[in-house]
Amino acid sequence: MADAARPEFTAEQLAEVQRLQLLYPDKRGALLPVLHLAQDAFGYVSLEVEEYVAGLFDLSPAHVHEVATFYTMFFKAPVGRHVVSVCHNLTCHLMGAKTIVEHLQRRLGVDVGETTPDGRVTLLTVECLCACEVAPMMQVDDRYEGLLTPDKVDRILEGLR
Amino acid sequence: MAETIFTRNFHLADSHTLERYRATGGYTALDKAFRMEPAAITEEVKKSNLRGLGGAAFPTGVKWGFIPKGSTAPKYLVINADEGEPGTFKDRYLMERDPHALIEGMIIAARAIDSHLGFIYIRGEYVQPWRVVSAAVREAYGAGYLGKNIKGSGFDFDIVIHRGAGAYICGEETGLLSSLEGKKGWPKIKPPFPAVKGAFGHPTIVNNVETIASVPHIINRGAEWFAGLGTRTQGGTRLYSVSGHVAKPGVVEASVSITLRSLIYDHCGGIAGGRKLKAVVPGGSSAPILTADEIDVTMDADGLKNVGSMIGSAGVIVMDETVSIPEALMVVARFYAHESCGQCTPCRESTGWIYKMSRRIVEGKGRKEDLDTIIDVAKRGAGTTICAFYDGAVGPYVSYIEKFREEFEALVRSGTSA
Repeated sequence: MADAARPEFTAEQLAEVQRLQLLYPDKRGALLPVLHLAQDAFGYVSLEVEEYVAGLFDLSPAHVHEVATFYTMFFKAPVGRHVVSVCHNLTCHLMGAKTIVEHLQRRLGVDVGETTPDGRVTLLTVECLCACEVAPMMQVDDRYEGLLTPDKVDRILEGLR
Repeated sequence: MAETIFTRNFHLADSHTLERYRATGGYTALDKAFRMEPAAITEEVKKSNLRGLGGAAFPTGVKWGFIPKGSTAPKYLVINADEGEPGTFKDRYLMERDPHALIEGMIIAARAIDSHLGFIYIRGEYVQPWRVVSAAVREAYGAGYLGKNIKGSGFDFDIVIHRGAGAYICGEETGLLSSLEGKKGWPKIKPPFPAVKGAFGHPTIVNNVETIASVPHIINRGAEWFAGLGTRTQGGTRLYSVSGHVAKPGVVEASVSITLRSLIYDHCGGIAGGRKLKAVVPGGSSAPILTADEIDVTMDADGLKNVGSMIGSAGVIVMDETVSIPEALMVVARFYAHESCGQCTPCRESTGWIYKMSRRIVEGKGRKEDLDTIIDVAKRGAGTTICAFYDGAVGPYVSYIEKFREEFEALVRSGTSA
């Protein structure tokens, strides 16, 4: 993965940035999509990434910082190879989210907000992911996993390398 | 059982494909709409009594009519697919299982408001819906339903899919527009309303996914048919997201005139494990809570308004007798504290303090006066902020305490957590 301390898109990624910018009446509309692209490329949105992206939009780094820090999906620090986000909102709470969070904390040996020492998993709690019909649920990277039990959580963790 | 519109193809494995959509009558409403005058489309939608299904229940045709007449400025159609109201998941089903209904509805709506560019703003966490909708949009371009001169009609329309990045406030329509413009999702003061000055400063209509997915059916089968499915003031069926302690949680399509009791007991198998019902949140977490005695209400916008709650996003969260309401309040208060965008002082400060007080109560450190303080603080801020977010938080703060006061009082008296 490219370096978040010295971010630079490849020619292909730069072409994608340009394509995205042309989709909007004002190219600034593409800021969120480009920040997603940057996070995919560099792992997280560092201050250097913010500054680099700002340059692609003729925006101040302060504006990009304000945007990047407003949204929960942009990570401000390195995260594990996998991110596990457990919903702790109302329905998941009713259906046992607390047990799932505690189980994950024990299994991974980390607190919410932390990454395992081997860099494998970052554990987070999040607000409603809108899959309440399968509560308790969590998001594992791009995937939704629902109807969680401690056993099912263990099976999911085994699949994360 | 009432007629189904949205869910009729949900059981088919290929319901998301263009082929299946066309085989079941898809894109025929578009032919019809191209033969109608744009104003006649808006008129038809007005007559259908379609009301916004994202939360505000505003009459859709009336909203479209707010686009300034004769304006030559570019106009945008923005789909609010930033589903985030706790307890709601129906737009996810629609996007994953019937994305072409959304696309067809968008083209028809765009013709009505003279827009040639539409955006679908999908919450960032919805990766799978984003993939399915993206594939459907590509299919629609390939088949000539999007792009220049759609099906020889002379009408041009493009769709851009935009991913959010995790912020509940972007479900608020002006917050969504700020986000679409590449800013943090701060709501904007109205007026000007988006129909006059919206995305990128131009006239914009923001509609929910389900609302727009209704449109092809209205055009195909007529406003009277659609209006007849509902109540006097709201037409159609809609999708209820039912979760929590019911035997069969999931998406249920039913008339807007169904009762909450029927939804829980006839459609969702009643309360799981044979336990007793304690409370229901009928319209997403911002809707004031109802007790077990209040579920004979009809689920249309006006029915719930009459009992002091709201239909909101029709996210129904069912709680059985084992639930601690003070704990539920703490969970809900944590959500509003986390999601307040911080722009308006009453919201930013009150959501934070009320979360702290609700947590203190649950932890057995609450004081008797905390209950009235929460209600007082909540009510003072109501109606003083730029958007409806804070008013949405006040609903649960006040109703949980007022309707289950004894449970809260026992907790602050005994100093032990439930």
